[in-house]
Amino acid sequence: MPGVTRRQFIRIGAAGTGAAALASGLATRWWGLDGHEVTDPQTGGDRIVPTFCDVCFWRCGVLAHVKGRRVTKLTGNPKHPLARGRLCPRGYGATGLLYDPDRLQRPLVRARKRGEEVFEAVSWATALDRVAEGMAKIRDTHGPEALALFSHGCGGSWFSQLMAAYGSPNIGAPSYAQCRGPREAGHSLTFGAGLGSPEAIDLENARVITLIGSHLGENMHNTQVQDLAAALGRGAELVVVDPRFSTAAGKARYWLPIKPGTDIALLLAWMNVIIDERRYDAAYLEAHASGFAELKGHVADRTPEWAWPLTGLAPELIRETARFIAGARPASLIHPGRHTTWYGDDTQRARAMAILAALLGSYGRRGGYLSVGKMKLPPHPAASASARKLRPVADKPKAGGFPFADETLAQGLRAATIPGTAAYDIKGWLVYGTNLLYSLPSQAETLHAIDQLDLLVTVDVLPAESAGWSDGVLPECTYLERHDVLQSVAYKQPFVALRQEVVPPMYDSKPGWWIARELGRRLGLGAAFPWASATEYLQARAQAGGYDWSELQQTGVVLGRPTATCEEEGLKLTFGTESGTIELTSTALAKAGFDPLPKFYPPDDPPPGSFRLLTGRAPLHTFSATSNNRLLGECYPENEVWVNATVARSLTGFARPLQTGDRVMLVNQTGVKSGPVTVRVTERIRGDCVFLVHGWGHTAAGLRRARGRGASDSALMTAYKTDPIMGGTGMNVNFVRLEKAEVRA
Amino acid sequence: MSPRYSMAVDTRRCVGCNACVIACKEENALPPGAFRDWIATETKGVFPHLQQEIRSERCNHCARPPCVRVCPTGASHVNAGGTVLVSPRKCTGCSACITACPYDARFINPKGYADKCTFCLHRVKQGQEPACVASCPTRALAFGDLGDPQSPVARALRARTPKVLKAETGTEPHVFFTR
Repeated sequence: MPGVTRRQFIRIGAAGTGAAALASGLATRWWGLDGHEVTDPQTGGDRIVPTFCDVCFWRCGVLAHVKGRRVTKLTGNPKHPLARGRLCPRGYGATGLLYDPDRLQRPLVRARKRGEEVFEAVSWATALDRVAEGMAKIRDTHGPEALALFSHGCGGSWFSQLMAAYGSPNIGAPSYAQCRGPREAGHSLTFGAGLGSPEAIDLENARVITLIGSHLGENMHNTQVQDLAAALGRGAELVVVDPRFSTAAGKARYWLPIKPGTDIALLLAWMNVIIDERRYDAAYLEAHASGFAELKGHVADRTPEWAWPLTGLAPELIRETARFIAGARPASLIHPGRHTTWYGDDTQRARAMAILAALLGSYGRRGGYLSVGKMKLPPHPAASASARKLRPVADKPKAGGFPFADETLAQGLRAATIPGTAAYDIKGWLVYGTNLLYSLPSQAETLHAIDQLDLLVTVDVLPAESAGWSDGVLPECTYLERHDVLQSVAYKQPFVALRQEVVPPMYDSKPGWWIARELGRRLGLGAAFPWASATEYLQARAQAGGYDWSELQQTGVVLGRPTATCEEEGLKLTFGTESGTIELTSTALAKAGFDPLPKFYPPDDPPPGSFRLLTGRAPLHTFSATSNNRLLGECYPENEVWVNATVARSLTGFARPLQTGDRVMLVNQTGVKSGPVTVRVTERIRGDCVFLVHGWGHTAAGLRRARGRGASDSALMTAYKTDPIMGGTGMNVNFVRLEKAEVRA
Repeated sequence: MSPRYSMAVDTRRCVGCNACVIACKEENALPPGAFRDWIATETKGVFPHLQQEIRSERCNHCARPPCVRVCPTGASHVNAGGTVLVSPRKCTGCSACITACPYDARFINPKGYADKCTFCLHRVKQGQEPACVASCPTRALAFGDLGDPQSPVARALRARTPKVLKAETGTEPHVFFTR
């Protein structure tokens, strides 16, 4: 084709006449329009099994796609009210746990000193015999209450049943005193009811959402993040109070980069403005609240100007945001947060938030706090029959304390393991689904307590640190390999959900129900476990509740009838406080000798050259439990330490300004040093603090992927401040300095 | 009229959680280390005056795709609805397309061919949304035929001024971003 330009050549090809064009790459487009098939990766399941997720506590409905015996993918169950067809990345990535090559495969008994992680693999019969022997010995020598169960996740209910039959009341979960406890107590004291999980809040319909230190969107509480996005889509505005420019802050109308530990000062100043300018809901308070006069007097001089030097927030910003928040009432939601154990005065901060919500009239109103119902689900007849009179829980010091704790204090059970501390001593620990060295502050105290134990048994999926210190390790299968529990959830759309086996257990792992039953049988407690299989148990419970078993199996969920959740839907507001009102001023706290209204106590400042260590979540990970997940690890392989950009330029002890990607060690106030961690230099954080995502820096030999990656905030949390009201362990009270990482050999 | 498949990403809704990324990896059985979509976070300003945009990104299925233009074997091609695809059988793994793509959207699959987002055409043909769209907990992603005013993507873009990435390259992307 002499004389044909490139452009013409293409035109000829495109016209469909170019036989000669086939010989050339230039024919691409022409050739490409036909003859190409679309390949299907074939990950759709031959079977789709509904169940619910166990990667975090939110428990969303999952549809598991299975080909042969392999789970190919997980999707959200559209019928499940918490999933609405969608999961968070951790939920999608649960196959990374199922197929984790580091999973515990066989029962293990300790062969050398505790903590050396040297075990002998044994048969289930041998392992169960040994564990049961140890439990029987504790029962015979010290009484059954000397055994404590630390549990996280709903599979722990099988072991709770075992504890009830065995005769111990000592069941603790770090999800209370290390997490949401203060906010439960704060709400109970103010409104007469806690918040529960999922929190009964109406994010979806809120017009202004105020986050106090909550980094929703980085903590992927699926339904809440869905609701947050829906609210934003509808034009809702965010006010974010956080020393760090969180994901949510990036979407906020106002970001208040508060000095850590001074939230109560801000809250009092906001109340000062709202009361002073009469922006509160007077009719609502008149009808429902008590103690307004005292509150008014209490905040009268807590002006934005007063709060300015304490919080670092300009008075105009405090005033403007107070007006903005009040302007949207009652659909102005003060988000209660979830992980609220920060400074040891956390119940009072939760109280201040609750009082502010009351001033806005948002409790029991659309766009605020809701009242939600739950479907009835009677216990299994055998389980309830086995309950006997138990001694009081041993989680408080001998002298008492923490009068408003409404759940067991996990660190209290740890303390009770030190002889003479509590009413009686704990001698054995059963640990289910929680890595105590990562979930409790002060690893030294945990290890000291472990040292006192006659027996430490771990039931888990992965060989995490707690397992390494155990006498016996019983490998549970993952949630995708087991029938587990029926769960009745209080939610605006009440429902009952089923967790069921998707694929058979891999290796020699076993489901929790089987492990608990086999231990029970060996302890002469077989009567408490009369079921031949979990399905038999679950079917009996479904029947007792009047639910269709086959519907549960086929859809994973049964929906109940929604009840009125707010005044707009006809709800009549009632309050479970002693006075039957919203207690702006708490008579209960006053009686117990605590401040009846929240007061601001200044936090300690970091020593020169040190920074307050703040921690939080990343959307791809749950605590320390997912750091070994190779699939999730592809997007978020390890934590980084966030350092303010201005600080990074002037840090002493470094030859040049600190840069993103540099490796440092964090050294805390008592000289505890983290492993090397990568620096993230950023404008997105204040200069007086640094930030780590929780759950990294593993030391367990068996976590071959996670080990040595990132820094362990848990190891650096040697200090904690206990909330005298409810026993929460405030953990944002540690300070670190940065040291250049030693070069590894 | 044949459809023009497009996607709209609402950056106000997106929290950058990576659900789309993990769901894509599972749906398409991607090998370790390979991604067909990813999260980009852009922060501007100086403390405390900051702005941030979070984007779920992928191949832009350009109307003028440089990857297709440079492909010497015809493996990179325009398929149904304007979707830019790679035929593994025809691909030699020469990487010319990877160099040509201004968005770094392609990688070499360990099986030896250039790999990238397909808009999950295998799902779309069955009336389903792409995996990333169906999986997104914040419903930040919308997909469909841009020419159909009732399609989710057309509705998502209505009354908005969307932007495309690297408009100056003249590739005419069909993944749009709104605020």
